[in-house]
Amino acid sequence: MRKKPTRKPTIRKLTDSALRTWVAGLIRRQRVIGVQADGERFAFKPLTRAEDLRLDYDVTKIPPKKLFQPAAEPLLEYDQAANYRSIFETEPFVLFGVHPYDMVAILQMDQVFSEKHCDAHYFARRQNATIVVCDVQKASPNVFAGCMGTATIRKGYDVLMTRVGGHYVVEAGSPKGEALMEGLKNRPEADEASLHRREQVWEDNAKFLVRHTLRMKPAEIPALLQRSEDHPVWEEKAARCFSCGSCNLVCPTCYCFDVRDDVKWDLQGGMRRRYWDGCMLLNFANVAGGHNFRKNRADRYRHRYYRKGLYVPAKLGGEISCVGCGRCITACVSKIANPVEIYNRLLEER
Amino acid sequence: MMKTRVCACQTKDVYLPERARVVASEPMTATERFLAFELESGRPLGHQPGQFVEVSVPGVGEAPISISSSPTRGAAFEMVVRKVGNVSRAMHELKPGDPVGIRGPFGTSFPVGGAMKGQDVLFVCGGIGLVPVRSAIQYVLDHRKDYGHATILFGTRTPAERLFVAEAAEWARAPRATYMETVDRGDGQWTGSVGVITTLLPKVTIQPAKTVAVICGPPIMYKFVILELRRMGLSDDRMYVSLERHMKCGVGKCGHCQINGLYVCQDGPVFRFADVAQIREAI
Repeated sequence: MRKKPTRKPTIRKLTDSALRTWVAGLIRRQRVIGVQADGERFAFKPLTRAEDLRLDYDVTKIPPKKLFQPAAEPLLEYDQAANYRSIFETEPFVLFGVHPYDMVAILQMDQVFSEKHCDAHYFARRQNATIVVCDVQKASPNVFAGCMGTATIRKGYDVLMTRVGGHYVVEAGSPKGEALMEGLKNRPEADEASLHRREQVWEDNAKFLVRHTLRMKPAEIPALLQRSEDHPVWEEKAARCFSCGSCNLVCPTCYCFDVRDDVKWDLQGGMRRRYWDGCMLLNFANVAGGHNFRKNRADRYRHRYYRKGLYVPAKLGGEISCVGCGRCITACVSKIANPVEIYNRLLEER
Repeated sequence: MMKTRVCACQTKDVYLPERARVVASEPMTATERFLAFELESGRPLGHQPGQFVEVSVPGVGEAPISISSSPTRGAAFEMVVRKVGNVSRAMHELKPGDPVGIRGPFGTSFPVGGAMKGQDVLFVCGGIGLVPVRSAIQYVLDHRKDYGHATILFGTRTPAERLFVAEAAEWARAPRATYMETVDRGDGQWTGSVGVITTLLPKVTIQPAKTVAVICGPPIMYKFVILELRRMGLSDDRMYVSLERHMKCGVGKCGHCQINGLYVCQDGPVFRFADVAQIREAI
């Protein structure tokens, strides 16, 4: 087979008003989920008006994982005769304004959901999505993506937008992205100066999206954890843990789930759904009959950090399964969920 | 550019059960029920001794259940279910002909075709730990010439909780086989051994260099049995344990069955003890 000639990706320059026109056009044609204000903070929500899109956000309350693994997700329908039928989400959508660290998390979830047994429900949603990544314009209070190598991203997105000065540089990263940018045919190509300023934004973001400083390279975390099972930090921190699971829910790389059968009102059948679950919750490792294999709070607490820094990385070719979004730090009521603080503490003598 | 994923999931949903029917349902003890199933398609399940399936009871839910019969015993596959959760309670109501959903088989199996072959085999089972191990016992007895002496040790809390009593009598009569049982406490009529499972081990002579042990029972049992087997000279790489966790999805995703970095549904439920001896959460 002849190799297709590699085409240079389309890169255009977009003013704010051109952006609004583009987004308005997209909304007319298809489902668009975009970042919007939600009270004092931000959230991914269905976009009905282009002017509601807030690409200047700092971080969303819940990561975009909810679009690919909804908090309550139908898997199957069944009837009382044990006829089970798969349910798949089939509506295409554009996901607008994902930050690079969240895109890294999505790419990690692509790997865990395709590893060994491929999860058709996850990929039905995933393949229906066109993802527009937007470089961070405002650092959130607890972001540390700069330490995790996730402040910027060069592949995996469909479109990448970067604000440089008073406009955006918009680059296609996939055939889907090229198709989405069809609507920008008449916009100017990005000039050298804009591209140069974009490089500067990337450099700055890698440097400044660091509200907490990790005193090691992320690649050193697995080995550090391997020798830290008995470190006192697990008991110290867990002593103040409410086992509420907030850190699990807001984490872009927490994907554990529970599965439940919900019976329909007529009792003739129902739906099997999966729900977000969390390894910090007391009953997570319960088996029928009541035995709890991870009853100790410190064991659950340690398990979560070991998943992020050791167990899941083993599935990801070594990549750390923490992208530095800082949501857990913000969400934790006891203020014990700062991964940077924990990893740094492990460097210290016990 | 992102790679386009071409994968089997577009044709296969790993969460979709296949329909099966109950072909036998009998009470076994006050809390355990014996059930046998056949896939409606008529094809054999294709399991290995020690594997498990996810059983769906319509309107109730899904639960991981060990297969108790050997694949050498025909297309039907058997289970013994203790009435402890929603699904197992519903399974106690199942009658022959009732439909259920089955996914699997999942997980690793007892090494009947590997490490156990040509060796003396020592089965140490506590309570319903006998249920998954029975698949390997049947397999070994059905391929009698492929294995050395088979010793089956079974302990329960009371005589009334013993499982497969009639079948165990056959095991005791099988060529080159020993069957011993004990109860934690007798019931007045009991004339057999009294004491926990480890009290049977001193009654057994093993040749450590040519013996493989298979251990399954309640969580508390493993460490005592393993310590005793070590004292008898058996090395960790000759012990196989079947571990219980909640294998909710069966495909290594949901996280419930994790033992440190291991997924019991994929890396287990059968582990060589040497491979998990240094893993904190295993035993």
